[in-house]
Amino acid sequence: MTDTPLVIAGKSFTSRFLLGTGKFKNKKDLSDSIASSKSEIVTVALRRIDLERHEENILEHIPPHVTLLTNTSGARNAEEAVRIARLAKASGCGNWVKIEVINDSKYLLPDNHETIKATEILSAEGFIVLPYISPDLYAARALVKAGAATVMPLGSFIGSNQGLRTKEFIQVLINEIDLPIIVDAGIGAPSQAAEAMEMGAAAVLANTAVATAQNPAALAHAFALAVEAGRLAFLSGLPRQHSLAKASSPLTGFLYDDIAAN
Amino acid sequence: MNIIINGKSKKFNPTQHLSAIVHEFCKQPKHVITELNGAIVPSDKWAQTTLKEGDTLELVTFVGGG
Repeated sequence: MTDTPLVIAGKSFTSRFLLGTGKFKNKKDLSDSIASSKSEIVTVALRRIDLERHEENILEHIPPHVTLLTNTSGARNAEEAVRIARLAKASGCGNWVKIEVINDSKYLLPDNHETIKATEILSAEGFIVLPYISPDLYAARALVKAGAATVMPLGSFIGSNQGLRTKEFIQVLINEIDLPIIVDAGIGAPSQAAEAMEMGAAAVLANTAVATAQNPAALAHAFALAVEAGRLAFLSGLPRQHSLAKASSPLTGFLYDDIAAN
Repeated sequence: MNIIINGKSKKFNPTQHLSAIVHEFCKQPKHVITELNGAIVPSDKWAQTTLKEGDTLELVTFVGGG
């Protein structure tokens, strides 16, 4: 069965698995994981340079064919997210930005309202904007109007590995929003990524699970396979769940006509 | 002269070019982005940009993130 590519802002991608680059123990694990994940979009962040020690440049470990998606982590409101996005663009590394506005240190939940404001400003400036939100239909509709390229709802708390705790709300976005829905945050196992894809998500992003695995490159590969399997299942027209049993063998007794009623 | 770089006060000889300062703190300045008093300075302008007493400079670059 052939699939259509994932298209974001007119750019086509074969892989539907996006990888984050945070928390890797070393740069070899990172570059091996990017390779085995087959990801064509990876996220990075921006930070002040540490003046006391010369740090390695992470971009040296990301292959040139990969699209860089800079997040605005650290932003507490729309204004700070816009500032980070403009700085990232000034590096000459493209204009793809994942808007992430967080003003809560306990649950690290995104501020949908500020995210919409930042999306409006940056889309108007020509950025390709992939906003990260708590799954909410009205916020997602506002993002469509604001010019977002995708909507990225969270599966569960960032870094929690809890999987699709917001499943029903993500399904609403998949059903109602005419943009690629990329499930981000909380995806802790390939089975969870597959589940998101079976639901009809356009793609899945993972970071913590891969970066903190004993063998990150092996888990990155497992995620890639799971995302592909979930996608194929979705395209196959996966049958719905039923509340009662439905026999898969003929409904007669073996040598007699009826199955005995209990 | 004193300049605030990334929130820390640093002493420099007067009439320093931005280019010299970036190279002092960054081994690989290729993906370094500079913001001087709140305005982004593109890397092709570093050599012509001189700093003065009390300037606030931000030097940022890419790190891992999700």
